Amino acid sequence: MKKKELLKGLWSQHPIYRQLLGMCPTLAVTTTAINGIAMGLAVIFVLFFSEFVVASIKRIVPHQVRIAVYTVIIATFVTIVDIFLKAQFPQISKNLGPYVPLIIVNCIILGRCEAFASKNKLSNSLLDALGMGVGFCWGLFVLGSIRELLGAGEILGQRLLPLNFDPLVVMILPAGAFLVLGFLVALMNQVERWKI
Amino acid sequence: MKQIFKICAVLTSICAICAFLLALTHNAAIGKIEENQKKAIQESINKLAPKTTRQEKIKVNNTLLWKLYKDNALIGYAAIASGQGYGGEIEIMTVTGPKLEKIKGIEIIKSNETPGLGSKISQKPFKAQFENLDVTTPITYSKTEPKKPGQIQTITGATISSKSVVEILNKKIKALRVNIQ
Repeated sequence: MKKKELLKGLWSQHPIYRQLLGMCPTLAVTTTAINGIAMGLAVIFVLFFSEFVVASIKRIVPHQVRIAVYTVIIATFVTIVDIFLKAQFPQISKNLGPYVPLIIVNCIILGRCEAFASKNKLSNSLLDALGMGVGFCWGLFVLGSIRELLGAGEILGQRLLPLNFDPLVVMILPAGAFLVLGFLVALMNQVERWKI
Repeated sequence: MKQIFKICAVLTSICAICAFLLALTHNAAIGKIEENQKKAIQESINKLAPKTTRQEKIKVNNTLLWKLYKDNALIGYAAIASGQGYGGEIEIMTVTGPKLEKIKGIEIIKSNETPGLGSKISQKPFKAQFENLDVTTPITYSKTEPKKPGQIQTITGATISSKSVVEILNKKIKALRVNIQ
């Protein structure tokens, strides 16, 4: 087990801000901070179990059909999450709507299965899944918080800006997602440059 | 040739295992999910018509309708109105007065509207506009403060979602008028 497999997803190889993976859910669900967290948690679960299964069966999967196999495994776990949320947390399931089934096409999960879990030891794959999942989750939370703050004056439903602040509706719209993401990626790049 | 058989065997067994797992989860959860849906419908009726002491569920022209009574006096009807919104189907629980002269309130049961914009149709400021709304004539909408009775204000940036709710309700009330006769 290597500690760096866990830590790399949190900062140096951050899935959103350094690898620019999983852009579709990143841009779509981050209209509020709470949606970002819920999506992040669902992705941590799916990523962890998918990497676990992929790393366990990597020796028996023929090379030609590995992507198909990974997709079936990912889809299974996503559907389990979807059913579980509908049964136990109907309110959260209602809020996230169609975005839970769409985790299947989140390229972070397929990307990590293909690029990491299929080539590395099981223990390292699990650390990689946790690191990348938590990294994705905080990335969504930060993006969601900034958009919610500027677009509605609130974070997690708490009013933070004065009431006379006129919300910038564009921040909730897709254009706002691209703007905030662009600034955050630029900021991350600048921080990395300062380190050198 | 041998390779092809190996591929088939691996793919088939993985799909079979996944299908088995999904069937298991589905079976374990389906009862709870249906219960949740029924509960959501019941809760929305209770919220919109808290004075109801007795309900009667009837089926007219293949649509469900709840007759709401308070001490044997009919106080209104509850029905689920559904139709196309901006991002998919919208389902609205509507409670009306006994003569369909006004809406007592609405609850959004299901919607896939844009989070942060169209999704505001399920929030209080928008829903509250429908409380005790006059529906003797079809509901109208305006982008500014409503001036006439039976008019509501659309949500900024979500005109289509707001418009859809109004149209779905108008259609349902028209159908209800026929059904309760």
